[in-house]
Amino acid sequence: MNEIIKLSAADLAAKLRDGSVTSTQAVQAHLDRIAAVDGGDRGVHAFLHLNAEEALAVAAEVDAIRAAGGPEAEALHPLAGVPIAIKDLIVTKGQPTTAGSKFLEGWMSPYDATVIEKIRAAKLPMLGKTNLDEFAMGSSTEHSAYGDTRNPWDLDRIPGGSGGGSAAAVAAFEAPLALGTDTGGSIRQPGAVTGTVGVKPTYGGVSRYGAIAMASSLDQIGPVTRTVRDSALLHELIGGHDPKDSTSIDQPVAELAAAAEQGATGDLTGVRIGVIRELQGEGYDAGVQARFDESLQLLRSAGAEIVEVSCPNFEYALNAYYLIMPSEVSSNLAKFDGVRYGNRVLPAEGPMTIERVMGATRAAGFGDEVKRRIILGTYALSAGYYDAYYGSAQKVRTLIQRDFEAAFAQADVLVSPTSPVVAFPLGSKLDDPLAMYLNDVATIPANLAGIPGITVPGGLSENLPVGIQFLAPAHEDARLYRAGAALEKLLEDQWGGPLINQAPELAESSKEGVA
Amino acid sequence: MPAISREDVAHLAQLAHLEMSDTELEKMTGELGVIVDAIKSVSEAAGNDVPATSHPLPLVNVMREDVVGQTLTQEEALQNAPDAEDGRFKVPAILEGE
Repeated sequence: MNEIIKLSAADLAAKLRDGSVTSTQAVQAHLDRIAAVDGGDRGVHAFLHLNAEEALAVAAEVDAIRAAGGPEAEALHPLAGVPIAIKDLIVTKGQPTTAGSKFLEGWMSPYDATVIEKIRAAKLPMLGKTNLDEFAMGSSTEHSAYGDTRNPWDLDRIPGGSGGGSAAAVAAFEAPLALGTDTGGSIRQPGAVTGTVGVKPTYGGVSRYGAIAMASSLDQIGPVTRTVRDSALLHELIGGHDPKDSTSIDQPVAELAAAAEQGATGDLTGVRIGVIRELQGEGYDAGVQARFDESLQLLRSAGAEIVEVSCPNFEYALNAYYLIMPSEVSSNLAKFDGVRYGNRVLPAEGPMTIERVMGATRAAGFGDEVKRRIILGTYALSAGYYDAYYGSAQKVRTLIQRDFEAAFAQADVLVSPTSPVVAFPLGSKLDDPLAMYLNDVATIPANLAGIPGITVPGGLSENLPVGIQFLAPAHEDARLYRAGAALEKLLEDQWGGPLINQAPELAESSKEGVA
Repeated sequence: MPAISREDVAHLAQLAHLEMSDTELEKMTGELGVIVDAIKSVSEAAGNDVPATSHPLPLVNVMREDVVGQTLTQEEALQNAPDAEDGRFKVPAILEGE
């Protein structure tokens, strides 16, 4: 394996700056890796589209600027030239955006998402677009219309979802950085089951302009990486106020990389860490619970004060989420009607009116899970049920926020396992929507309350990664990076290196790569 | 709360513009029943004194100056349309029988 692809983004950026590696070499090394392990029947299949030509052009531009030196070279962003993969829910000029749906097959966005504009301005070469559950609806990436992504730790298991493509790409050394989106755990749960790092920022901390909306009061774009420091660097790049997103927070991004550096000293003296009583025990794998308990011991040994907190209303969080999210889905996805974009399908027989064309178009374009959520949301919002379902769910949202407020009065950050289980076999939960929904039980409360969360690798159970989640109050994302970096350092000292180094070597699956 | 009937699902599918076969309606009715059954406890969780939250963080309306910002050209706006004519989106008949 080419050593370039094993570097963290921060280390690669340092080598680009000192000239020991060029951006062209870095991009080519990752394209070679993708060609070797992503395609074929047993490939990881993290990517839906490759953007090799443009990525190499951006890399060459960065290399030329660096070679010329002077003020333009000085002004380059610290991550300039470091390649990145983009979840295919985020719109990009010049590359197709499918949202993992047949409905948008071949659709070319006429504009860039704000995070993409920032990535272009900072000159990070975009390697391509990564696989996801259709419109980000799922916890396994099996609801993609374009095939399953495989977990690099065990190719017969799920990479999590919805952002399984971004997490698998990073875990398989196909990219050092990726973007994800998190509505109920779609960055953090894939991070947990692939042994990588993922952050859901405070709601409004990163512009959602150009992220195809699933549930607008819950969605958030965030970083997907192998190290806490890399997530901080990427978060600083993509975060900040955006007038194009009316829910964007009008404040500068905090000093996140500095917080990660502070954490990396391994000292947490004076930090109060709250263990959420309701997010452990029953329903959590024994191996997950064991790694979690060991992490608590380490945090305590680093000087943190461990306190137990109770969030009694979390019991209703999953239920409230599965009313609020589908309600917003049914509204947000109404625009996919085959008039302005999308693949129009005509009804097989009968009158050819626009309503019937929409019905046939949506029936052919959407997969089962998307249809389930649209119908569930339409039901929750319908006359006679609105108060009992949607109205009640919004009240539960208030109760969840109050639980967090009380917990954060006792603790600076909260901690829990990220996912109750390790990566499960492909296909094993596909016919049981409820079992699938339970994967997000520990991640959903943060979305309902708008607070930030991070997952960091916490060790292995059954030779599969376990994730540890930290949560912080809204606007206090920096606390996640300090606590996350501290745990990362303490664990890596025990392991003798990053957890991902224990992942099995991937065989070359194909020389053809992806389309 | 009454159980969801097949007719209910057929009506919801019509409202949501989702054409469904008899088999699909049957399957969806079963799945929806299980899901709604599992999540309906939400209506017992909170009393009348709890206010509803629609958004995670307090928001106020955002206004901007009335100046032209980034816009799409007609060509860009139409580039992904399934059908277009004379610079407009083209759709089948709006009303039956016309």
